[in-house]
Amino acid sequence: MGKPTAASQRAFQSWGRYPKSEPARIVRVQNRLSLPNFEEIGAPVLAYGQGRSYGDVCLNNGGTLLSTSDLDRFIHFDSDTGVLRAEAGTTLAEILLQTVPQGWFLPVSPGTKFVSLGGAVANDIHGKNHHVAGTFGRHVTQFELAQSSGERFVCSPDNNVGLFNATIAGLGLTGLITWVELQMMRIESDQVDLNTTRFRSLDEFLDLSEKANNESPYVVAWIDGLRAEGRGLLVQGDHAPADSDATLPGTQSGRKVRLSAPIDAPSWLLNPLSVRAFNTAYFNKQVARQKQSRIHYDPYFYPLDAVRDWNRGYGKRGLLQYQCVVPFDDSNASVREILGQIAESGAGSFLAVIKTFGDIPSPGLMSFPRPGITLALDFANKGDATICLFHRLDVIVREAGGAVYPAKDACMSGESFRAYFPRWEEFATHIDPSFSSSFWRRVTT
Amino acid sequence: MSAVLIIGATSAIAHETARLFAADRASFLLVARNEAKLQANADDLLARGATGMETFILDANDFDRHTAMMEAAERIFPEGIDYALVAYGTLPDQALVEGDAAAAAEAFTTNATSVIAVLTHLASKFEDQKRGAIAVISSVAGDRGRPSNYVYGAAKGAVSLFAQGLRARMAKHNVSVTTIKPGFVDSPMTADVSKNRLFADPADVGARIYKAMKRRQDVVYVPAFWRGVMGVIKAIPERVFKKMDL
Repeated sequence: MGKPTAASQRAFQSWGRYPKSEPARIVRVQNRLSLPNFEEIGAPVLAYGQGRSYGDVCLNNGGTLLSTSDLDRFIHFDSDTGVLRAEAGTTLAEILLQTVPQGWFLPVSPGTKFVSLGGAVANDIHGKNHHVAGTFGRHVTQFELAQSSGERFVCSPDNNVGLFNATIAGLGLTGLITWVELQMMRIESDQVDLNTTRFRSLDEFLDLSEKANNESPYVVAWIDGLRAEGRGLLVQGDHAPADSDATLPGTQSGRKVRLSAPIDAPSWLLNPLSVRAFNTAYFNKQVARQKQSRIHYDPYFYPLDAVRDWNRGYGKRGLLQYQCVVPFDDSNASVREILGQIAESGAGSFLAVIKTFGDIPSPGLMSFPRPGITLALDFANKGDATICLFHRLDVIVREAGGAVYPAKDACMSGESFRAYFPRWEEFATHIDPSFSSSFWRRVTT
Repeated sequence: MSAVLIIGATSAIAHETARLFAADRASFLLVARNEAKLQANADDLLARGATGMETFILDANDFDRHTAMMEAAERIFPEGIDYALVAYGTLPDQALVEGDAAAAAEAFTTNATSVIAVLTHLASKFEDQKRGAIAVISSVAGDRGRPSNYVYGAAKGAVSLFAQGLRARMAKHNVSVTTIKPGFVDSPMTADVSKNRLFADPADVGARIYKAMKRRQDVVYVPAFWRGVMGVIKAIPERVFKKMDL
């Protein structure tokens, strides 16, 4: 089991397809019982799940990748308590398929359901409900970590706490996560009630956001990345209650099952050609200042999942994403400056995501979210021009005391990394000596 | 709710097939050699909708235990078995078995003789109950003996031929017998083989098997293009074929 194979037809790149990487070999981890022979494989190794991180945290150029896509078994799901345990390669999509009909949803959802559980832990992903739920790692009750020494550790907030805190947001460097247990969240239907509000400036966004955060568990906004003033749409949402229009099988006996097909996914998101025209149209689409609607959870949480391989729309050189967070301050000058720089460059995506993070701490030493404003944009990789822009943005983020999200990053300097993650040295003491990644080598050498 | 018996349930292809039956809320008897791996697959199927789950540990080459397995099936499924899938097998190292008679015979026992024994037990049971679907995983390798894997190929060829005869016998009893002929599959069995685009995903192969059993099909190549490929390979005259390096 877990025998080495030649790198097969699978690409083993990251989602941004930059930087290009060539692992020396791929070892498939077949199940949680028989683990790879670390001694035979040698260093450096790194687990590779679904390859949905954008930059190089999932890459191990010249080293060995432990592919976890076969590690996809459920271990237990208790539909009374919502506690789910599954092998680390299981995707969130597979989990939702099993748990939603029984009235349970992911406590934290990223923008795609095609990530593995192990990846969700290693990057300590966040979602639209960060202000009320914190990060994914907060909902992990325990997991097992296999290290190259051959030891296995069950880690939880009470057990092997050091490894627990280092592995959540630990970018896969503390060992191989074999299974994860998490506490799911109750829902009464598979629908989401939405309320969309238009705003015309950053200040207006911040006011709206504060109000929305008090009203709704899910709050996120899209702003026009080509204009500095920060016009956009804020969407607040909540799982719909069970009623005549929205219900689940199994939760309401005798009631008609209504699991609507996920439709209406915005395939227009994908066309980078008509950016400017699109933005104006998108922004003006909503003539009324406010609009209410109810949709299936799938297009709401995972709109881009409807379009397979949308990342390829950015061409051979790939796509770079920039996601930062900057702490709140009186004038929010740094966010304005970032938006200004991006608008000036004209290189930003048509849609930028903006959200305020709450103050719920993550157990992860290296967790990215912290109180403040987070901003995420896609950029076509135009080489030096894009990378220089990112470095200019890094200067602003660093001065503001913010951070850039490693899961999305392919560019930050070691100096920036150490400023963003001041606990990195404490974290480094927990790293498995056989484990490394292209990202880790980039920011530490 | 269907009663499903899977022999070789830790095979990646068999498990993918089982997941689809689990989504239908089937009840299972899973049979395999390795208890821990079998239990891991059983737990997975339970979380994915299986309504009943029993396991039976069996080394298929232990012929004396076949009867005990069938008795367990009788006990667990008093109403009868709806679907039985025989999925186990090993891929012998051709270079090794070419020069080692005992290893060649053992590979044949595992992949052919024991499968024939298991199918014979199943046939009696299904003939009695006069309903149900049996499927056995053979291989395209059984369609023609090739120098690169003729020991494995001979065993799979024997299984295909046996299943062909059994199919005609069981047709009179309302029982379908499906011969599954996968090409290359990207599974643990082929972990040491370098991969190319001809390798199929076990999940796709599992989906095809599930469908074939439901439709009570006779012979299914997976993916379907292998039927054409093997048609061509079988048509090559022997005097040409023996000089080819396949």
